[in-house]
Amino acid sequence: MLQIGPYTFHSRLLLGTGKYPNIDIQKEAVEASGAQILTFAVRRMNIFASDQPNFLEKIDITKYKLLPNTAGAKTAEEAVRIARLAKASGLCDMVKVEVIGCDQTLLPDPVETLKATEMLLEEGFIVLPYTSDDVVLAKRLQQLGCHAIMPGASPIGSGQGIVNPLNIQFIIEQATVPVIIDAGIGGPADAALAMELGADGVLLNTAVACAKDPVKMAKAMKLAIEAGRLGYEAGRIPKKRYATASSPMEGMSVVS
Amino acid sequence: MRCIINGETIHLPSHVSTVAQLLHHFHIHKKIAIVEINMHIVPKEDYEHTAIADGDRIEIVHFVGGG
Repeated sequence: MLQIGPYTFHSRLLLGTGKYPNIDIQKEAVEASGAQILTFAVRRMNIFASDQPNFLEKIDITKYKLLPNTAGAKTAEEAVRIARLAKASGLCDMVKVEVIGCDQTLLPDPVETLKATEMLLEEGFIVLPYTSDDVVLAKRLQQLGCHAIMPGASPIGSGQGIVNPLNIQFIIEQATVPVIIDAGIGGPADAALAMELGADGVLLNTAVACAKDPVKMAKAMKLAIEAGRLGYEAGRIPKKRYATASSPMEGMSVVS
Repeated sequence: MRCIINGETIHLPSHVSTVAQLLHHFHIHKKIAIVEINMHIVPKEDYEHTAIADGDRIEIVHFVGGG
């Protein structure tokens, strides 16, 4: 079970809701993924297009925990403003702190992320900061009392998978709160690896939404995350340089 | 009355004087929306009696797909 603040989830997949080909496919993909936490962004409404469908209206939102992000924020203050707006919907008290510090790489601004996390914790939010894979930053966020740490595997939407598994492992080893690998996951193998390294969950969006068949990929990610977690719990064998036979050495006279 | 809604200057008819009326006017009263006036969030329970005034900067936001 994944425990984030006061909430418990049996799914370890957190799914983003952007970039799907259409709402019907998105709905099917969300169901296939088994995700219980869905991320959203906060944006201006087109008040002259009130008939435009919104994904939130198409699903039973009581079945999911909403995790709004603060995407678009470049400072802690902007992130706090977005988080407050999201919370005022009355639909959520969790927030993914996302303060981008570089337009080309979309990597998070560590200083503003730390500041925003502190401010939002003070206001009583359940705070899940999206961070780079920096061990010390993860520690600092933890010390503030955040409810999970979400280091990126590689740049958002890049599909490069985990570019620095060593850092991710360091973060996981020292973590006192759940570690959710967020951003950069490309395929099921990446998600499985994240879980095998000991992550508590995976947050992904583009890998499913932009796959040729998002529904199939959603299911693949669900299974990969379950497999990776099982593998982690089972305890993999250490890597050895040379072979060790799987068949017994006794009774070899039959061939010698 | 003229307000700046989501960055655009918009003329509102005289019968629109509260947040609740504003949302009705744009047919978005049943939508999941959050309203901010001059950087202050308006709680849902205050929509009926929160007045809007000429020159107000109003933001009407909602949840959209995102990761």
